[in-house]
Amino acid sequence: MKHSADIEAEAPSASRLRVILGHRAVWPLLALALIFAVDGFISPGFFNIRIVEGRLFGNLIDILYRAVPTAVVALGMAIVIGTKGIDLSVGSVIAIVGAVITWRIHAGDPHFVVLLIALGVGLLCGLWNGFLVAVLDIQPIIATLILMVSGRGIGLMINLLYGGTNPSFQSELLQGLSVGHIGLIPTRLVLGGAIFAALWLLIRRTALGLFLEAVGGNSAAADLAGVDARLVKYAAYLICGLCAAWAGVILAADTHTSDPVSVGLYIELDAILAVVIGGGSLAGGRIYLGMTVLGALVIQALTTSILTSGLPPEYNLVVKAFVVIVVLLLQSNNLRSALYASFAGRKR
Amino acid sequence: MNEKYLPLLATIVVFLALFLTGGMLYKHFLSTLVLGDILADNAFIITAAIGTTFVILSGGIDLSIGSMIGFVGVVIANLDAVGWHPLASAAMMLAFGVLFGGLQGLIIEFCEIQPFIVTLAGLFLLRGACFMINLDSVPIHHPFVAYFASLSIDLPGEGYLRSSAIVMLVSLAAAIVIAHFTRFGANVYAIGGDRTSAQLMGVPMRRTTMAIYALGGFYSALGGVIYAFYTSSGYPLAGTGNELTAIASVVLGGTLLTGGVGMVAGTLFGGMILGLIATLINFNGSLNGAWIMIAGGMLLFIFIVMQRSLVGSFRLRATN
Repeated sequence: MKHSADIEAEAPSASRLRVILGHRAVWPLLALALIFAVDGFISPGFFNIRIVEGRLFGNLIDILYRAVPTAVVALGMAIVIGTKGIDLSVGSVIAIVGAVITWRIHAGDPHFVVLLIALGVGLLCGLWNGFLVAVLDIQPIIATLILMVSGRGIGLMINLLYGGTNPSFQSELLQGLSVGHIGLIPTRLVLGGAIFAALWLLIRRTALGLFLEAVGGNSAAADLAGVDARLVKYAAYLICGLCAAWAGVILAADTHTSDPVSVGLYIELDAILAVVIGGGSLAGGRIYLGMTVLGALVIQALTTSILTSGLPPEYNLVVKAFVVIVVLLLQSNNLRSALYASFAGRKR
Repeated sequence: MNEKYLPLLATIVVFLALFLTGGMLYKHFLSTLVLGDILADNAFIITAAIGTTFVILSGGIDLSIGSMIGFVGVVIANLDAVGWHPLASAAMMLAFGVLFGGLQGLIIEFCEIQPFIVTLAGLFLLRGACFMINLDSVPIHHPFVAYFASLSIDLPGEGYLRSSAIVMLVSLAAAIVIAHFTRFGANVYAIGGDRTSAQLMGVPMRRTTMAIYALGGFYSALGGVIYAFYTSSGYPLAGTGNELTAIASVVLGGTLLTGGVGMVAGTLFGGMILGLIATLINFNGSLNGAWIMIAGGMLLFIFIVMQRSLVGSFRLRATN
């Protein structure tokens, strides 16, 4: 399978600049570099990393640390989007997982079992979405809208099962996974890296990855070629549910509470944005895991930069919107060729 | 009977069934008073959803509605504080809605970026703009707003139709005319039905796409005006999540998200069904907000499955 960028790279007549600009990693990397350049300009100590109480501290570590939940959700989202789907329910899955964790810990289950139950809940949500999309053949955006609308309500209901609106919990195991650290490095970074590696192997080193992209490229053709499109779509939503559940574990352990109304709010939008900034098309057929993580980092770097730059946090959304628009406009072939044309015209 | 009216009919039947259920459960539920209240309380969201119907009919989506509702309210409230007449600021915001929507349409069409992403950026931009203007709720003191809120037409029974509901119904009538009796409306259905065919038949894609999103922007700005006048305040968090309620209203109203199939009138009943559920749960008293969300999700599920089977039976009949 060749990407259009690779083919362009082999064409002898293409200018080098155009080849470099055509690579999909360029624009997100440029965006990240630009954000960091502005940061370095505004606050000179931005890139300092020091060791406090036996762990790494610094803005760069903070960006990585905070980007983990979004990045993990975005990885699952990238796979679903690769099959020409979309999963709007990830925020609700995070809310349900948080509520279930708090509930089971209050019920006295061993914490290891609670972790397994939490992941099981994610799988269950993935199973539901997969059933709607693959079996009932409902448009993914609507199918997952159902769980998105009702999921936070389900979380609230679970909280009400044992009384209390925002119950809190303590768990050494879960909090260790979320806010603890292995040696110098935060645990969630290590585990996030492990999830990335596992998904990368799954997508790039097994047939499943090929099937996922085939189904996204052309579901009917893949079906005719003997790929069970239904099963493959199921797999995508299961993986996405699992990823969302993991983010739910991290976020619930981070805040020590179950707050279904506000936990992971807008995370589905951030995750989709990460995939798109990473060059993934909502039209499906391509899964770029590394690029997706890069996209999540761009979003988090932006958020952290706005907070450290001294701008009021109210500016966060507006700046984010502008960066998103600029990155997307630069990725648009139509606009780029129009710009090239006017540039060439002026030279003549 | 024409098959295209079936989903609309199903929506109306569900609405009536829910209304009758409420009447059997609670005394005084089956009255024009309750009906008028549901219309007035949900007028802003139904108005916004009417614009979304056009966007969805064309196969697109608009996520910027909720933020537009909030932004319009905040601007009107702040202009009120410096002495603008609410009608003048409302007119300006309606024009802004048209421009903003048109710009979104231009980016979608010219840069070939998915509507989902472009309008998502619109959502962030407008909500962020709300926060930049102010973080608290700002009251609108102008006497015209109080006068507007007091306007109503008596309905048979003890109910009355409030001004917000009247504005909504008038804009609905205009939307029905635009959708079913103009060339633009036909173009919207054509693009939603089959984009390539529409292009080959000579539908002006750029102009129509821009007009569709401009119309969506106009109606969501109108929803924002209704909301600001109805609550006589501008609150930067107003309308959060309303884009999903609007989309749900459109889907419940029998419009297919794949585009090309549906009726604008259905959106009224779709929005009314969601409002009715909230009213029913409020009447009960012992249930809470969690139930509204869950019931909304369940209803959405039932409707979508029903639509699927309807569309499926059409296809079967067509192929046999």
